[in-house]
Amino acid sequence: MSQNEIQARIRSNPKFAEMVGKRTRFAVILSLVVLVPYYTYMLLVSLQPQLFAAKIADGSVITIGWPIAALIVVGGWLMTGVYVSRANGEFDRLNEEVLKEARK
Amino acid sequence: MKRSITALAAGSLLAVSFAVLAAPGAIEGVQKQPVNFSAIAMFMIFVVATLGITKWAAGKTKSTADFYTAGGGITGFQNGLAIAGDYMSAATLLGLTSMVYFKGYDGFIYAVCFFIGWPIILFLMAERLRNLGKFTFADIASYRLDQNRIRTFAAIGSLTVVCFYLIVQMVGAGQLIQLLFGLEYNVAVAVVGVLMMVYVTFGGMTATTWVQIIKACLLLGGGISLMLLTLAQFGWSFENLFSKAIESHKMGEKLMAPGSLMADPISALSLSLGLLFGTAGLPHIMMRFFTVPNAKEARKSVFYATGFIGLFFLVTMILGAAAITIVGTNPAFFEGGQVGGKLLGGGNMPVMHLAKAVGGDIFLGFLSAVAFATILAVVSGLALAGASAISHDLYARVIKKGEVSSQQELKVTRLASVGLGITAIGLGIAFKDQNVLFLVALAFGVASSVNFPVLILSMYWKGLTTRGALWGGIAGLVSSVGLVILSPTVWVKILGNKAAIFPYDHPAIVSMTLAFFVTWLLSVTDKSARAAKEAEAYEEQFIRAQTGLGAAGAHAH
Repeated sequence: MSQNEIQARIRSNPKFAEMVGKRTRFAVILSLVVLVPYYTYMLLVSLQPQLFAAKIADGSVITIGWPIAALIVVGGWLMTGVYVSRANGEFDRLNEEVLKEARK
Repeated sequence: MKRSITALAAGSLLAVSFAVLAAPGAIEGVQKQPVNFSAIAMFMIFVVATLGITKWAAGKTKSTADFYTAGGGITGFQNGLAIAGDYMSAATLLGLTSMVYFKGYDGFIYAVCFFIGWPIILFLMAERLRNLGKFTFADIASYRLDQNRIRTFAAIGSLTVVCFYLIVQMVGAGQLIQLLFGLEYNVAVAVVGVLMMVYVTFGGMTATTWVQIIKACLLLGGGISLMLLTLAQFGWSFENLFSKAIESHKMGEKLMAPGSLMADPISALSLSLGLLFGTAGLPHIMMRFFTVPNAKEARKSVFYATGFIGLFFLVTMILGAAAITIVGTNPAFFEGGQVGGKLLGGGNMPVMHLAKAVGGDIFLGFLSAVAFATILAVVSGLALAGASAISHDLYARVIKKGEVSSQQELKVTRLASVGLGITAIGLGIAFKDQNVLFLVALAFGVASSVNFPVLILSMYWKGLTTRGALWGGIAGLVSSVGLVILSPTVWVKILGNKAAIFPYDHPAIVSMTLAFFVTWLLSVTDKSARAAKEAEAYEEQFIRAQTGLGAAGAHAH
């Protein structure tokens, strides 16, 4: 079977559209989950820096800025975990089915 | 080949021992430290171990695929460590800790900016990079566009970034090693250059990857041990650590909140754009995506890399904050014993002094050796990326049109590695005592405004044409380099003019926008027959990008 035929079969398989659609949506949503807080943070840091000077508790010297920044880092990493677990599981299974059905 | 490895290795060992003998008599810079034997001994162990690995890797490096991508046989976890290693340079360790030491919270903002590109690389690029690429990022940029022009241009973009970055690393290496080991600047630069040539020329990507993995483990292990030793001094209490820091620092309470670094929102935006998308346009980082067998492993490698990088950044924040008290109040670390005066060895040294304060000379020696190893590993990755742009893109694809044997290409790539090594040594010596910080802005500027736009558009936008990509790339290159020259760092501080013509140090906000705009404009107005063909070819590329159908597989041994 030629490569062109395989491609045509992949294209016409509804599972391909499903996988591409789901994966793209998921990637965009996760990007927003990371970037929206990040750019909000950057904006506030430059326009309203005093917000980050509030203390985490009465009598503490630690400001809320430190845990917030740490949260952006840790949260960003956790989001990569969320993406990998779904992409390597659900999406890759769909992908394998699409490829198998195209080569039949 | 074995004999020449041994000869080269012996040469570099000789260079080191020669310098050890020569150093005490040669007092030049005021900053030069006495020869540090424990540091040199530990570095020697690293060199011997990595040369052993290079010998083993040389035996496995038989084809171009072995050389460029380690045969695609690196696992996701290994590659994650190696990517993290590529990204965590000595400058990261020294620079981030010193920023927190001097500026407090602003250092943390900077670290967040350096970090945030990684999740985005995973979500938008990792699997497509792996599915479309073979050896270099130009493979992807020129996938359905004109092989000659786009590949040449992408290779030039890679080489530009590699050269800027190499200069920064070589100059940093010379200064740091002169400081930590008591070696001559020129000797240090030569040692780094020669060892890099040995790793890359003989061991290719396999050796470079393992050097990077070992170094990443050493750096993470060293950083975490130092953090634990330090936290113990504060009774394991952050509250205690920070209240002492506030007492010791001249900024006082202001230490704990955002300061002047990000006060200008446009400057902050430009910096964050440049770092976010520049990371996604660094050729030595992108090359790592081709060393794993498939998209699954590529994703995993970003997950691990992001975790290691994030962890390392958080550790450096704690080290910087702890150094404020431990280093900042100890007269032993200041010139003339004047607390609050000039730090011994310069502003990048807080973390090194911290190592000495809590771990003694042995720990300082260890951390110095790790810093040396770090520089070595990073320049090796850069040299490999540069060599593959020369041999795979320019020589094999553009000049020879693919009509070249694997053996011939290997020969050229090895020559290119040696050439790059010699160039790096030459540039390192030429830029001695220069302020090279603007080169970091340049490297990220070019990466975000030349490499990134063509890469992301070629993967995502059907309408991209050769004409658009070429002119967009040129616009990005000219504007990013031009604006850095007109920026405060170069125009005022280096060239001595009164006021900067372009007010921001990072050009991305203008140059990246311009690159995307020109690419778009000249693509949509391109009505040529070739443009139509290029749009047609997107379908095949899209299916391959999504499914991995026809992707370059792992190379069997």
